[in-house]
Amino acid sequence: MSFVFYILAALTVAGSLAAVLLKNTVHCALALTVAFLGLALLFLDLDAQFAGFAQILVYIGAVAILVVFAILLTRGSETPKDGVFSHTWLVGLVIAAAVFAVLGWAVLGSARVLPHETAAPVVTVRDIGVALIGRYILPLEIVAILLTSAMIGAVIVAMHDKEGAK
Amino acid sequence: MTPLTGFLLVAALLFSIGLAGALTRRNAILVLIGIELMLNSANLNLIAFWRYGPHPERLTGMMFAIFSIAVAAAEAAVGLGLVIQIHRHAHTTDLDAINRMKG
Repeated sequence: MSFVFYILAALTVAGSLAAVLLKNTVHCALALTVAFLGLALLFLDLDAQFAGFAQILVYIGAVAILVVFAILLTRGSETPKDGVFSHTWLVGLVIAAAVFAVLGWAVLGSARVLPHETAAPVVTVRDIGVALIGRYILPLEIVAILLTSAMIGAVIVAMHDKEGAK
Repeated sequence: MTPLTGFLLVAALLFSIGLAGALTRRNAILVLIGIELMLNSANLNLIAFWRYGPHPERLTGMMFAIFSIAVAAAEAAVGLGLVIQIHRHAHTTDLDAINRMKG
């Protein structure tokens, strides 16, 4: 376990904790950006350069901006008077803690059979492009259709309904 | 502790934090943020298993993560569009206040 990993893990976990716990919704969105950045750096630490830069472009460049736009459009930055947590927050916390306990138990219980340190794989963007056009051509086309239909669907869903406004 | 164990534990922690956020926050946008964190922790698992797995040159985990990022982007766009439309309809994004399916 390298020193870099601990710094990046601490950054990611702190960012995600802040995204979930902060009261002001805009601060939550900014903390979410920090968590995404930490994840992208973890991907780079794992020698997955393409996934790391895709993470930066898609999540920090698009999803975080979308979240901030949605917060501003819905005036979500005003903190509600009766708290930001649901009245069933204790149940949610217990469920999340139980899920973490099970996942941690499974990971630590199987630590002996997990593979150890291996040499860093040499994967260029060219290899990824060849694989996308070759073996993974069908999922690529399906994702293209999904993204197009999701974009059209999001515009139709969020479009102002003039009939309903009367 | 092997490196893979560390990455898997971080991913498990991120998933639990995202789940806790999705289950306890009242604002619909914060629930979507929790879901994004859960999707991202799954991506971290996929990349970690790709890196330390037996055949990284086959790119299976990497491809899974890339397609997962694309699907998460589509999910975020549609989800936030739905939240904006709900806010226009009910004038709130408080999930405790939106408790009727009838409009």
